[in-house]
Amino acid sequence: MALRSPALGAFMVKELRHILRDRQTLLVLLLLPLAMVVLFGYALRSEVNDVRVVFVDPAPDAATAALRARFAGNGRFRIVAVAATTAAVEPLFRRGAADVAVIVEPGFAGRLAEGTPARLLLVGDASDPNTGSTIQAYSRAVVAAYQAELGAAGPGARVELMTRMRFNPRLESANLFVPGLVALVLTLVTALMTAISLSREKERGTLEVLLVSPLRPWQIVLGKVLPYLLLAFANVVTALLAAWLVFRVPFRGSVALLLFASLLYAMVGLALGVLIAAATDSQRAAMIGAMAGTMLPTVMLSGMIFPIASLPGWLQPVTYVVPARWFIVVSRGIMLKGVGVEYLWPSLLVLVTMLAVLLVAAIRRFKARLA
Amino acid sequence: MSAAIEVRGLTRRFGAFTAVDAITFDVREGEVFGFLGANGAGKTTAIKMLIGLLAPTSGEARVAGHDVLAEADEVRRRIGYMSQRFSLYDDLTVRENVQLYGGVYGLTDPEIRERGGALLERLRLVHAGDARLGTLPLGWKQKLAFSVALLHRPAVVFLDEPTGGVDPITRRQFWEMIYAAAAGGTTVFVTTHYLDEAEYCDRVSIMVDGRIAALGTPDELKRRFDAATLDELFVRLARPAAAAAAGAV
Amino acid sequence: MRALRFLLRKEFLQIFRDRTILGMLFVMPAVQLLVLANAASFEVKSARLYVVDQDRTTASRGVVDRLAASGRFVPTAASPSLARADDAMLAREADAILVVPAGFERDLARDGRAPVQLILDAEDGAAAGVMQSYAARILAGYSAELGTRLHPALASVGARAEPPPRRGRAVIEVRQRGWYNAELEYRDYMVPGILVVLVTMIGTLLTAMNIVREKEAGTLDQLNVTPVSRGTFIAAKLIPLWSLALLDLALGLALAHFAFGVPVRGSLAVVFLAAAVYLVGALGIGLWVSAIVETQQQAMFVTFSIMMVYLLMSGIFTPVRAMPTWAQWVAQASPVMHFAQLMRAVLLKGAGLADVARQLAMLALIGTAVLTLAVRQYRKRTA
Repeated sequence: MALRSPALGAFMVKELRHILRDRQTLLVLLLLPLAMVVLFGYALRSEVNDVRVVFVDPAPDAATAALRARFAGNGRFRIVAVAATTAAVEPLFRRGAADVAVIVEPGFAGRLAEGTPARLLLVGDASDPNTGSTIQAYSRAVVAAYQAELGAAGPGARVELMTRMRFNPRLESANLFVPGLVALVLTLVTALMTAISLSREKERGTLEVLLVSPLRPWQIVLGKVLPYLLLAFANVVTALLAAWLVFRVPFRGSVALLLFASLLYAMVGLALGVLIAAATDSQRAAMIGAMAGTMLPTVMLSGMIFPIASLPGWLQPVTYVVPARWFIVVSRGIMLKGVGVEYLWPSLLVLVTMLAVLLVAAIRRFKARLA
Repeated sequence: MSAAIEVRGLTRRFGAFTAVDAITFDVREGEVFGFLGANGAGKTTAIKMLIGLLAPTSGEARVAGHDVLAEADEVRRRIGYMSQRFSLYDDLTVRENVQLYGGVYGLTDPEIRERGGALLERLRLVHAGDARLGTLPLGWKQKLAFSVALLHRPAVVFLDEPTGGVDPITRRQFWEMIYAAAAGGTTVFVTTHYLDEAEYCDRVSIMVDGRIAALGTPDELKRRFDAATLDELFVRLARPAAAAAAGAV
Repeated sequence: MRALRFLLRKEFLQIFRDRTILGMLFVMPAVQLLVLANAASFEVKSARLYVVDQDRTTASRGVVDRLAASGRFVPTAASPSLARADDAMLAREADAILVVPAGFERDLARDGRAPVQLILDAEDGAAAGVMQSYAARILAGYSAELGTRLHPALASVGARAEPPPRRGRAVIEVRQRGWYNAELEYRDYMVPGILVVLVTMIGTLLTAMNIVREKEAGTLDQLNVTPVSRGTFIAAKLIPLWSLALLDLALGLALAHFAFGVPVRGSLAVVFLAAAVYLVGALGIGLWVSAIVETQQQAMFVTFSIMMVYLLMSGIFTPVRAMPTWAQWVAQASPVMHFAQLMRAVLLKGAGLADVARQLAMLALIGTAVLTLAVRQYRKRTA
């Protein structure tokens, strides 16, 4: 097991030079992931900031005017239409021009004065369930504040809910998505690029030349993937810098541990890429395999965008075999929760196991191809 | 007899590198013209300019009576091309390939049927008419590509290294096909680096470093340069360039 | 025109003889639709609740019971120690911690109000927000219930026996309703978007790869030497995939509707009209990519990157209106966004042609622009 073999050293230097010389691809591989992190960090947001209200007021009076002013004065809301009948609501929803309709009944002020319930209907565009719920909740809050102002805090009990948003007081979407984007970027540079590059060499026949050389299969694999590992590391550093500087994602835990985990995940990605290249026959098949086997699960099933808890019960166990899932637990844990190895060791252990399994499988596959 | 191909000062630069340096020559109608040169001498670049795939940096060329730059479409109608890399469709059958190019070159359906049939007969591929092209051996594919290039009866046919990787018998057959085409009036412009094949041409030119270093019939050239074979002549011409290239490294 | 016929025949023959492409056209979308329709959800189901009840009274237990009864909060552990609760949250064993301070019931009876604290794991801010709104509603209901219990006089609005002294207490009764998605199914919301994704992938990616493959094989040169015009050649490349992508959309819609129950409340004619226009743009992008790259690998990489940008900014996963203003402007240039909006409006809200006119216009504009650019970029002769 000559780790210090001069042949291996020369080979690795050659591979490194090879990549460094391809300036175009190098630039793309360094800048594109960074651009993705920045762009998507901005684009992937769930905050609901600009709620467009249709105020349906058949018999305007002082109270409805006051309520309307409450909505208008609230920075989160914007009144886009005031109508006399509910007929106005549907077209606005259909056109995507309004999010919620506040419908008050005639005689609102009168009822308030009497003390009988003055009724109000909130109709929301619930196509997007979460946003719909949140908007309804915000709207209710405005109404409740108005009611409180009217002195409705009479006899009765009120359980006051104090909420503390742990780890993310301002509910920044970036805090959730950006650690996941790092995983995406890593997958792109490691699994995808390795699979494509190795399968291209296989197709061209340049790999066969190497296999005839005194280098052992595992050495060839190592030499081929090392440049990508370095590239991946560079990408991680830039992505994390972007996360910190541009999005102000906190870094409450150990950066060293995060870097270690990133390297580990990158190696898993590389092993996966090698395996895919070894197991497929053509470049095209490798590309499709890499996309379907790495990118798609990373985006869909790792918790990067869609919470794992939201998945149907039968799909949740599937996420256990998605390496990104475990890495995201680690990256979010370190960045947002500030936890360390005491809590993260299970995830790290899974990644190490995956790496071992994939490496063995990949090298085995390579050997088989030569025989 | 007017020239099938007229080239005047044709030049192509890629940045600082001059691939083709102001070449000038004529090719007569019905001639079999061999366009020789070492790899990297500029042959493929030159041929690409003549067939309209690459724009010249300067200079002019006329093919089949039309300017390659200004009247590109007229030129395209009158030429055939067979590229260095085999370029018919492996996933289509023999017949389908023939029909495709027939149709693309504007032949009528009866013409396609008739000429296609004759083509298959000549090549003894009638039985393989419905076989996927990819299943045929290289030699047959090359011959088919050549025949397809002639399907629309072009005035000039350009062949870029047509016999690369093919066995000697097939090469022989190929050159018989070339002679037959030339005898029928088609001008054949062929590049090759098999110098024994060059002896089969009516005239040859030898490109070295983007310039034409020699032009004439094989016999003329051998006399002029006092060489027994074109091979010898070629090496002598190409050597200074190769030496220079070696020195530069 | 005749040449076009021959070229189209060749394209279709090639597509149907290539098992990989057929798989990408028919099998992959079906599988992806099945997986994604289930995976793409932000539904906040329930939170594991760690109860730190420092009061231990009927009222405090009532709070826990109410929260549990809603199904939204699942009490998984209890302890008097906040530190232990915090630890559980760090270890991802609890999503929420309820802290009922000592004296809760007493304060409630005496002052009419008492606080409880809910600590939410806000790693996912949106989910935490939704959880918070659940809790607020549950506790508001509980408050009302407690109110009548502690002051029975106020309970009977129906029994006009002895109207209690009013202190000018105003009551606003709020009811709420959500339209277009009564069961709050994320699938209904996501599937139209997923269909857009799939159709886009097919259109853009396959177009790019298709042309680059000919470039790599050398057959492209062979075609460029023929008198076939640039327009004819491009039309021959785009038309087959355009029609197959539309076919795919139809199949996908059928699957979505019959297998997943995604509603189709609007006119399918509008959907397909929009799809036809949209695909011109999507394929145009593929064409443009193929003109600027040399290898299939590059084609895939570039197409994939462009598509990722489009997709993540298209409002399919996260709302466009939540993006910063500048990003929203950028998103306007994305045909995916307009198409996804249109699909959702038509399928879920029953929007008609007039309602989505703006989106259609944008699709037409972008499609034309992209196609023009792509055609200009594609040259038979390299300059």
